[in-house]
Formats: sequence, structure tokens, C-alpha cells
Amino acid sequence: MAKKLPSIDVVLVGFGWTAAMLGQEFTDAGLKVLAIERGGWRDTSTDFAVTFAQDELRYYWRRALFEEPARETLTFRNDPSQTALPMRHLGSFLPATGVGGAGVHWNGMTWRFLPSDFVAKSHNTQRYGALSADMTIQDWGVTYNELEPYYDKFEYLCGISGKAGNLKGQIQAGGNPFEGPRSREYPNPPMKMVYGPTLFAQAATETGHKPFPGPAANMSRPYTNPLGVQLGPCTYCGFCEKYGCGNYSKASALTTVIPVLLRKKNFELRTECEVLTVNKDSAGKRATGLTYVDAQGEEFEQPAEIVVLCAYATHNPRLLLLSGIGQPYDPKSGQGVVGKNYAYQITSSVDVFFDDKILNPFIGAGALGMVIDDYNGDNFDHSGLGFIGGGYIACWNTNGRPIETHPVPKGTPKWGSKWKAAVKKNYLTTATVATHGAVMSHRNNYYDLDPTYRDVHGRPLLRLTFDFTDNEHKMSNYLTDRAADIAKAMKAREIHAKPREGHYDIVPYQTTHNTGGTIMGADPKSSVVNRYLQSWDLHNLFVMGASVFPQNAGYNPTGTIGALTYWAANAIRTQYLKSPGPLVQA
Amino acid sequence: MARRRDVNRRQLISASVLIGSSLAIDCAQARSISGKVPWQPDEANKPQIVKPGPNQFFTSDEAEFIDAAISRLIPNDDLGPGAKEADVALFLDRQLAGPFGKASSWYMQGPWSKGTKTQGYQSRRTPAELYHAAIKAIDSYCTGKFGGKKFAALSADQQDQVLKGVESADIKLDGVDGKTFFTVFLQNTIEGFFSDPIYGGNRDMVGWKLVGFPGAHYDYRPYVEKHGQKLDLPPVGIKGRPGWTPS
Repeated sequence: MAKKLPSIDVVLVGFGWTAAMLGQEFTDAGLKVLAIERGGWRDTSTDFAVTFAQDELRYYWRRALFEEPARETLTFRNDPSQTALPMRHLGSFLPATGVGGAGVHWNGMTWRFLPSDFVAKSHNTQRYGALSADMTIQDWGVTYNELEPYYDKFEYLCGISGKAGNLKGQIQAGGNPFEGPRSREYPNPPMKMVYGPTLFAQAATETGHKPFPGPAANMSRPYTNPLGVQLGPCTYCGFCEKYGCGNYSKASALTTVIPVLLRKKNFELRTECEVLTVNKDSAGKRATGLTYVDAQGEEFEQPAEIVVLCAYATHNPRLLLLSGIGQPYDPKSGQGVVGKNYAYQITSSVDVFFDDKILNPFIGAGALGMVIDDYNGDNFDHSGLGFIGGGYIACWNTNGRPIETHPVPKGTPKWGSKWKAAVKKNYLTTATVATHGAVMSHRNNYYDLDPTYRDVHGRPLLRLTFDFTDNEHKMSNYLTDRAADIAKAMKAREIHAKPREGHYDIVPYQTTHNTGGTIMGADPKSSVVNRYLQSWDLHNLFVMGASVFPQNAGYNPTGTIGALTYWAANAIRTQYLKSPGPLVQA
Repeated sequence: MARRRDVNRRQLISASVLIGSSLAIDCAQARSISGKVPWQPDEANKPQIVKPGPNQFFTSDEAEFIDAAISRLIPNDDLGPGAKEADVALFLDRQLAGPFGKASSWYMQGPWSKGTKTQGYQSRRTPAELYHAAIKAIDSYCTGKFGGKKFAALSADQQDQVLKGVESADIKLDGVDGKTFFTVFLQNTIEGFFSDPIYGGNRDMVGWKLVGFPGAHYDYRPYVEKHGQKLDLPPVGIKGRPGWTPS
């Protein structure tokens, strides 16, 4: 029997980016806030100090900062006719456990989605006609213009380094001319640029494209954010994604919010406590709180006036399914919403091998590079192409960590003296042009609960059914061809295109950009949460994070997650607290 | 003082899975944090540093196979030392004796099924069990095929042929999936050649010197805009470098 605890104003599930931001907002509003985190306390100076942060084996290959499948994983299959099997160790994506969440080990690529991304269904239908019936995309229910102030707030919280391409409708030289209008410049200038991306930008310009520096949560100079938290200038050490930054140079919840939030008397964090269910009242109209188990195995019931799911994008949908909240999605009938519209991203690359150009790949940062956005979203005419959506093409210098990064030309053996010679010959002189493409939602790409496999608490694992569709393959091949065009113009010895072929494979790392499952939208028939990320079923339950994306866009998701979080926080503070109830009438 | 939180938790989770417990048993304390950042001086979750010494995992027969096989995967040649000279065998021994070998963080509950290629690793064997079984099976194959000689006693060409056969699954091993083993073994060998020397391999940073990686170098700001220049920065590891800090 769970021990019942005193009630609290707000309880947050998980303690990564979104929970820390909401904790700050709600405590500012005078509420008593509790965050419940399944992992442990961790901090820069103790868990990834500069003296030992640059450890490729420990942090990436031995997964020091990531969630442990032994405790909880998901099962996976490509299509509903197969039997899903457990993801026994991590591969394709890397969720985290512990304070700060996956935002501790991100690269820091901080994008805004395009205005047309938020109206993907109506925009594409209007321009290109009816979509395939199996493509289950929809409009978000919120527009770019509505989110703009909240994008801005998140970028200033983080100290993003970049160059605006569109200031209040005026196109700016050197920035991304395709982006939606922004109200002001980035808080910090772009990072200094290394050689490989510089060569890419030259070739992109020569071939008629519009390159600009990638927007980075890596600091181009010392920065003090609006909460008074200081970040230091990035030293380009090349250990961002999959690592914690030892240098306080990468924005994360730990380096921007938590030092302020934890000092507040009306905030409490409980670590090593895992939420088991969200509880609801007998009428099924309100969440009453949640039940969690602590590290010693003792169960507690935590009542709360407001419950917010702030766990990773795979965990929020699972918690709703385990709690019996909302109607689970059924791909056969198309009915139900919880678990619907899982999406991901589709990536490919072109390696560019030089003989005479030393590129020093180890001088890197998570979002250090040059990008073109000419083929993202609907920035180009898709007539006759047979697909919608797109992605960016970029040359990043994220790292030269040699276990992960030792490019060799096509046809090189995988081991032996010829492999060794090829690794030595090409390590310093190879650039990679990467494509980062959207995945549209599809009828057969979804989550439900696995009938067979269970987690360490005995609960069913989440079951993921996912494959790339024809739309994604056509789109990604188109992007790869455009990337190869630019790679050829870089005038290297040889290029090697690596398209993404065949079925989605859960083994090789691709991106930690899992979306959908608790999607937002205009009505309860087509979505789990409304435009303010409020549950249609329980008005005091909110869901943050990428699980609310109705489909994915061709950008890294964190900027949009940050904007949606501040947007929802504002609605809760200014509307919900005054009059608790549905913020949108169904 | 180093916190041993992760290791303890993993060990206990494995134990709880084995006995079929429905709850996580965990020696880590759930804690409540409020009103302050819980920072403690002199506290760091430091890496565990490998000390050379007798093997903790490989038997002497297995060690002979490993020495011979890693010498073919990354050979000692005119470009420089190979995996054997870089002490990759010591690296592998300690990795397989530790949490990685035991698959401590992996989901290792049944039922078991081979699955599709896209579903990834589905063997019930831990990496440690996979190495034991595969080495035995490869030596057994070699003994039958090459007149009683184990893998380590074959010529370099013969060893290459056997490794290629295991890699491609043209050679069927008795009771073990050779292709799965080869994938893990090659990955681990590359890890041992390029990881920080604190883990026992990459001796004298020979892997890093081969390619020109400066290692755990802290600050590249002076070099960001030196486009096209070969820097030849001497590599540095987490414990420093020879001549800079005592070992």
C-alpha cells in the first residue's frame, strides 16, 4: 500500500529541460513545486569535470549518462505484422537518466521550426493537393507567430550563438533567409568557424545556396543569462553530444536554470524516485496526483493540484498508457490517440576526402558548422517530386573522437593493414556533409504497450512500431543528391555518399529526436493535448516535450520544445491558475 | 572520494532481475533536495583506472587467441604499432571482467528470439559469455581444419582467412553466432586502440599518434582559425602525458 504524502501545488515528472523551466516559472508564480526524478543528482563539477569529461569510452561507448535498458527499455518492430523484441542496449537514440535529462548530453543545435511546419497538413494540402490517406499528419494548433516570443525567451535563457536571417521581416545577410521572422538578434554572435565547414560554405555559395552558421547552445563568448547564471566561452574541445560539458559552455538545465531553482524554498527535487502512474479521480475529470516508488522500493502517493509530465518523449506516452488516461491508438481503425503518430528523423551523409587540406576534425563543438536551409520544409517547390517535407544540409565539426570518427573511403576493408593505412591517411583531411530530414507521421508508426516484455517494476514495456515510408526515402534521397552536388563542388579527391536505405534499423546511432505519442491538436478526436499542452481528458494534467509534436520537422527539436514549454507555462500562469478548467473547449 | 553509485546500482539491478523481483532494489538513497544546490567539496565521480597485472577474464588459451587475432585486426606494420603493442588485450580483459562483459546495463530478460537485423542484438549471451564461447568454437574449427593447430599457431594468411570466414558467416561455428561475435570483437578492439590509456589500451597513446588526435586536449581556441595547418599537438590523456605527470 502506497504511503500518502501531503498535497502540493504542482508535481513535475522528471527533471530535465522542461521540468526545470516550468519549476522556475511556477515557483516565480508563488506555487509550491515538486519534481520527481528517477535518476540521481549530478552536476558539472562532480560528474563530468574538465579533468575527466573528455572520455570517449566511458561516456559514449559505455553509456555513462544514458538510461539503462536493464531497468526500462522499449520493444521494437518495423511493422505491425512482426513480433517486437526488446532494444537490449542503446543504439539509434540515447535517452538519459538523471538530473538535467538528455539535455545534459545534447550537441546544442537550437532551431526554430518554419512557420509552415506548424500548419503542415493545411499548407501542403493547399499547395500540392490531397495527401496519401496513410500519412496522418496534422496542424499543431499553435502558430509560429504565437510561439515567437517563447522561442526568443528560450534562446536568451540558453545564450544561443548565431546570426539572424530574418529580423521582423527584413532578410539579413549571413543568416538563414528562410527562417520565420524573429523579434531580435541572437544573444551571442556565431562561433568562430573551422576549415571544413568554411569550405562547405564556399561550395554551397558557388552552387547557388545560402549558407549560414548553425545556431549553437555552445557559447561564442562569456554569457550571463536573464536568471543571472553565467556560462563560459566554449574551448572547442569536441566533446558535446553524448557528453556533459565540463566547462559550463553548453546550455543545459544544469547550466542555465537549476542553480537558481534549487535555492528556492518553494521548490523540492526528489531523486532516485520513479513515477509509476498518474492517478485520476473517480469521475475521470481530474488528475489527483501520482504514485512513485523510491530507490528502496517503497511506494508513495503524491497528491497535487497540477501534474505535468516532463519525462523523455518515449516515457510520457508510456505513462499515459500505463495510467489508463486517454484512448489508446488503434492503427487498424485509426481510432484513439495515445501512442499515435510516432515520428523520428531520417539522416544521411556524404564524406568528402581531401588529399591536401588539413581540417583538424578534433577542433569541434556540438553545433559548430555551416548549414543550408534551401531544402528544408517547404522552402522549395515539391511539385513532381513525390514527397513533402525536407531537411537541412550541413557540414558540422562536432568532433574528432577517434573510436566514433575515423572515416575511410568506399571499398576500404574493415580491419587489417589496409584499414589502418586508410584511417591514418584520411583522419585529418575528411569533411562530412550531413543531411537531417523530417519524418512525417504515418498510420502504422505508433506506440502501444508490449504484451510480453516487462520492466524492472514488472510493468509492460512500451512497444514501438516504426519504419521509414516511401515519402521519407524519396525525400532523403533528394537531400543526399543535393548534398553530393555541394560535396563535388568542394573539389576533393573523392566523395562517398551514404544514403539511408532500407528499413529503419534500431542499431546505428542516428538521432535522439523521437517525437509523437501524446500529440497536440485542435480537438480530442485527433490529439491527446490541446494547443496549451493540456490533456483533453484531465484538465489539470499537462504534457511537455517532443511527444506532443504531431509529426517531425527537419530540425533538431530542442528549440521548439523550449518554446512550447514557455508557451504552456504562460497559459497556465495567466489563465489556468485564475480559473482551473479546460483552456480550450472540446 | 569517488562515488560508486552507478556500479552498485547496476550490480543490484542485475541481482533483482535474477531473483525475479518486481521492484528495483537499490542501495542508492532516494533524496530530497530543496533550498540549496547539493554541492560537496572534494567529491567527483571519477573514472576507474585499470592497473596492469595478470588476466582477470581470459584463460591462457584465450589470451593466445586474443593476442593473435588483434594482431590481424590492427597489425603492427611500418605505419606504427598495432593492437597487440597497444595493450588492447589488457583493455579487453578488464572490459570483459567488468560491467560491460556482464551486460550489466543491458535488458537481458527473455523470451529470446533471433528477430530481424533491424531489431539488433538478441543473443542471450553477455559479451563475456560470447567471447568464451566464440574463442572456443574458433579454436575448435581451426584444430579440425588445420591438422590440430589452434588459431594462434596458424600463419598470418591462414588467420586472416579464418577471421574473414567468421566475419562473413561463411565459416559456421559450433553453437555460437560468429558474425555477432566478430562485430563485437572488432568494435572492442578499435575501442581499446583509441580510448584513453587509463583503460589499459592505447599504450603510449599510439592509436592517437597514428591519426593525429590530441586526446583530452582542453582548449583549441588558439587554433580554430588556423585553417589548413597541421598542428602536431602532442596528445594528452586523462592522467596527463609521459614527462608531464608521473605515472
